[in-house]
Amino acid sequence: MIDGTIAELAQALHARRISSEELTSEALARIERAQSRFNAFITIDRDGALAAARAADAALRKGDGGPLTGIPLAHKDVLMTAGLNTTCGSRMLADFVAPYDAFVVEQLRKAGTVLVGKTNMDEFAMGSSSETSWFGPVRNPWDPAYVPGGSSGGSAVAVAARLVPAATGTDTGGSIRQPAALTGICGLKPTYGACSRYGLVAFASSLDHPGPFGRTAEDCALLLRAMAGHDPRDSTSIDRPPEDYAQLLREPRAAKVLEGLRIGLPKEFHGEGVDAEVAAAVEAAIAELQKLGATLKTISLPAVKYSVPVYYVIAPAEASSNLSRFDGVRYGHRANDFKDLLDMYKKTRAEGFGAEVKRRILTGTYVLSHGYYDAYYLKAQQVRRLIADDFRRAYGECDVIVGPTAPSAAFKIGAKTDDPVQMYLNDIFTIAADLTGAPAISIPCGVTRDGLPIGLQIQGNHFDEARILDVAHRYQQATDWHQRVPPIEHASKSS
Amino acid sequence: MALTLDDVLRIAHLARIDIDAAAAREVHAKLDAIFTLINELQAIDTTGIEPMSHAQDVSAPLRDDAITESDHHADYQRGAPAVEDGLYLVPRVIE
Repeated sequence: MIDGTIAELAQALHARRISSEELTSEALARIERAQSRFNAFITIDRDGALAAARAADAALRKGDGGPLTGIPLAHKDVLMTAGLNTTCGSRMLADFVAPYDAFVVEQLRKAGTVLVGKTNMDEFAMGSSSETSWFGPVRNPWDPAYVPGGSSGGSAVAVAARLVPAATGTDTGGSIRQPAALTGICGLKPTYGACSRYGLVAFASSLDHPGPFGRTAEDCALLLRAMAGHDPRDSTSIDRPPEDYAQLLREPRAAKVLEGLRIGLPKEFHGEGVDAEVAAAVEAAIAELQKLGATLKTISLPAVKYSVPVYYVIAPAEASSNLSRFDGVRYGHRANDFKDLLDMYKKTRAEGFGAEVKRRILTGTYVLSHGYYDAYYLKAQQVRRLIADDFRRAYGECDVIVGPTAPSAAFKIGAKTDDPVQMYLNDIFTIAADLTGAPAISIPCGVTRDGLPIGLQIQGNHFDEARILDVAHRYQQATDWHQRVPPIEHASKSS
Repeated sequence: MALTLDDVLRIAHLARIDIDAAAAREVHAKLDAIFTLINELQAIDTTGIEPMSHAQDVSAPLRDDAITESDHHADYQRGAPAVEDGLYLVPRVIE
């Protein structure tokens, strides 16, 4: 039963064919069994989950439930959860108990979801493989020798391995979409400002986006509806009327369900640097979208090739500032041996942060330091504008932009850990949407000869989530890539 | 603009991260590769381009200057390494 989509589970819950307590117990049993294999979780909250499930069942009995009431879900461990550990995958916060809920956590609680635990991730969300966690690497359920992508790897694996039907993640350079692609599920990065960042432990404030993981585009729409909304506690939260993102998906259509849709194919996303199997799967998906009535147009985003260098100035600059709060005074780790205050700061931070986090803090400190600000930080912000201008022009000619989510399928654990630049290049197709703030989704569109999933990215203009979700949904109505299940015992194929 | 080993030691001090000579050499090699990537930006003509500091060009919202929060300091200090009488304790800085 738990292998069903949120939409299917909600029907069963409302019809009282199953209780949330039963669903949650099954989720917990699977999570506990899978933990030694995939290491997807950092904290499992069995008691809290069962209590929340019983409360959801009581609401459902009274007829008070909504579309997410009683649905078990996991949060990425960078989102604060009151009374539960929130570690950010770091030794620095290994014992930190969050004093309050993040906005999206609060919203999903209000919607009646059942929080089962917190998922493993790259330390402070800095990574593309979920290998840098203090709590050990996350493994890909399609083959545990491979990474699940990152940084929200634990959340992606929790959904892909059918441990929970839904999870949250955060996307700063691709950290929702790339792991969704590498584990064969759907992951949506909403428009910047659609989901409040309140209670999301900050990495790069101008780029951090909370968003949902689900098995289908429809499930992502249901989750986003609950997660989005204005929040005065985040000054960049956008005040706009609530939107039913799933409404368009339910709209009846003529045979050509995507008639009139103009798909932009950036030549920069469809050339060199894309693995041949990925390119072939993406081509086939585009042909399918065309069969559904969409028209294709080759477009050009000339500045997009600078996305990675722009990102590796801006994100570390913001991170160096945000992570300065971890000083061993107000929360988190403090070194045992030090000779004075300065030495305490330095030893605390040297011990508390892992190698990749330190590299990014150092990079950020350098680009913001005296004499380098204009050459690096200001320059990167100017090129960020050029990239955003390219997309603005493109959306004059097309409605959505389609291409691969990542240049290759999953790689082996350890393959890129010694070469940060190779790791960074995984996000070459996802970073631009974080820089511009526009929404993008990754959905499964194939598997490699080795049986590893391939992701298709559909990007849209600001606040066009409903449209990209609709395109993804119509594709999923015509294909079955999203129904493929990794080779694990408990999961069965279902719609 | 090549990064030197002295730069690494200087920024590690600015970032308040303890680093020994061997670790600094290792970090230097990795940062050097990262800055080779970043330095691609130097070739782009950005004359007259307005820097983009945020994903959306929105102005900072204002609210009434009124107290909206209640006192949570006991909750928030629960996770602190050393607290006494509601104060955070740090090593002595004034002799």
